[in-house]
Amino acid sequence: MISIFQNYGGELLYGLGQTLLCSIIALVFALIIGSGFAILEVFPNKFLRIISRVYIEVFRNIPLLVITMFFYVVIPMYIVEISGFASGTVGLILYSSAFIAETVRSGIQSVDPGQMEGARANGLTFWQAMRYIVLPQAFRYVIPPLGNQFINLVKNSSVLAFVAGFDLMYQGNVIASDSLQSMSTYLCVGMLYLILTLPLSYYMRYLEKKLA
Amino acid sequence: MLTVLGAYSWINIRFLLEGAWVTILVSVCSIILSYIFGVILGIIRYVEIKYLSAIVGFVIDIIRNLPLILIIFFTYFGLPNIGFKPDPIWASVIAMAVFESAMVAEIVRAGIVSIPTGQMEGARSTGMSYWQALRYIILPQAIKNMIPAIVSQFISLVKDTSLATIIVLPDLMNHAQIIYGQNTNYTIPMFLALAVMYFIVCYSLSLLSQYLDHRLGTAKKSGEVEEVVQGAER
Repeated sequence: MISIFQNYGGELLYGLGQTLLCSIIALVFALIIGSGFAILEVFPNKFLRIISRVYIEVFRNIPLLVITMFFYVVIPMYIVEISGFASGTVGLILYSSAFIAETVRSGIQSVDPGQMEGARANGLTFWQAMRYIVLPQAFRYVIPPLGNQFINLVKNSSVLAFVAGFDLMYQGNVIASDSLQSMSTYLCVGMLYLILTLPLSYYMRYLEKKLA
Repeated sequence: MLTVLGAYSWINIRFLLEGAWVTILVSVCSIILSYIFGVILGIIRYVEIKYLSAIVGFVIDIIRNLPLILIIFFTYFGLPNIGFKPDPIWASVIAMAVFESAMVAEIVRAGIVSIPTGQMEGARSTGMSYWQALRYIILPQAIKNMIPAIVSQFISLVKDTSLATIIVLPDLMNHAQIIYGQNTNYTIPMFLALAVMYFIVCYSLSLLSQYLDHRLGTAKKSGEVEEVVQGAER
């Protein structure tokens, strides 16, 4: 195992960087899109609610791999040439945003509706009430589950290995076939993933206990 | 247009259905295995057996925080290094079962913790042993509480079987790839078919989970929340 780190350290670190980069880009966009759909879902307009419901159910119930491969195979064929990294990240954004939307929605709904009614009665518009009254309170409930979604996102970013995204998992496969030591290579890759996910997971558990 | 419709010829559909059968087979095997091992591991983690529980807890944490693809690769390409060579179907069943039983174990532990301690104390004070109380009083209530969570875990299991195409498991995803690999005109129809087939299976499971949620009364809170939202709409 040590020899893997010695011989292929650079490749592994590059993969770790790509995984982290992809996860952070995907997290930012998925948070924005997910929160948008979550707000649409509690919007006082039936049509918008149906749109957001359909979006969430569709992307939650289709495997991430199918979404990613769609962007990797179909989009370059008919529309525009995109790299494996980009198609993987877009797939990850769409997939995660549906889960984040569901998380944020349950956070918004766990805020006492009296808060919204009170704010509206005070003359705030729906958006103002959402922005200044409901969302800040919802945010507190939502942080631990959002952290878990981020851990899932880091793990799911390994789907980039399917589309030549040069992430940690992809580099792991390359190294495994190069060094012929599959077992120790995958153990190394696993350790690097754990460096990303395990501290986050323990921190989220601590936060959950603290906020509960 | 005709070329596109050709994607849904009987031969292709039958080929896809064969893939779907493998997907379902692998899912069902891993669901059964991960349920059994998940419940056992979850109980071990809860009852605080000296050393054993701590070790089991640590291993569960590690497995939960690894990507499933890594575990699949490890099973299929890593284990042959120490002399164990599973075929793609067994490799994916083993990998999925290991990963999902860690997930289920965590749900089971959370389910048991959610039962008020008074239940255990009451059962013990009526003369039951610790294991009897666990078996007849705590577990039935805990399992009722965690069924919706377990069903949604199994939904993600069904979706995750698609990852096993990378070790050439002849599942739905793999067969679709073979079809559009032969004729690029069939790419979009094949992705459509994939999306629809996975969606039907996963969405009906998620409806089942919602139904169980209401039926078992575990969703009292979310039920209240729904009423509240309808109230806000007026």
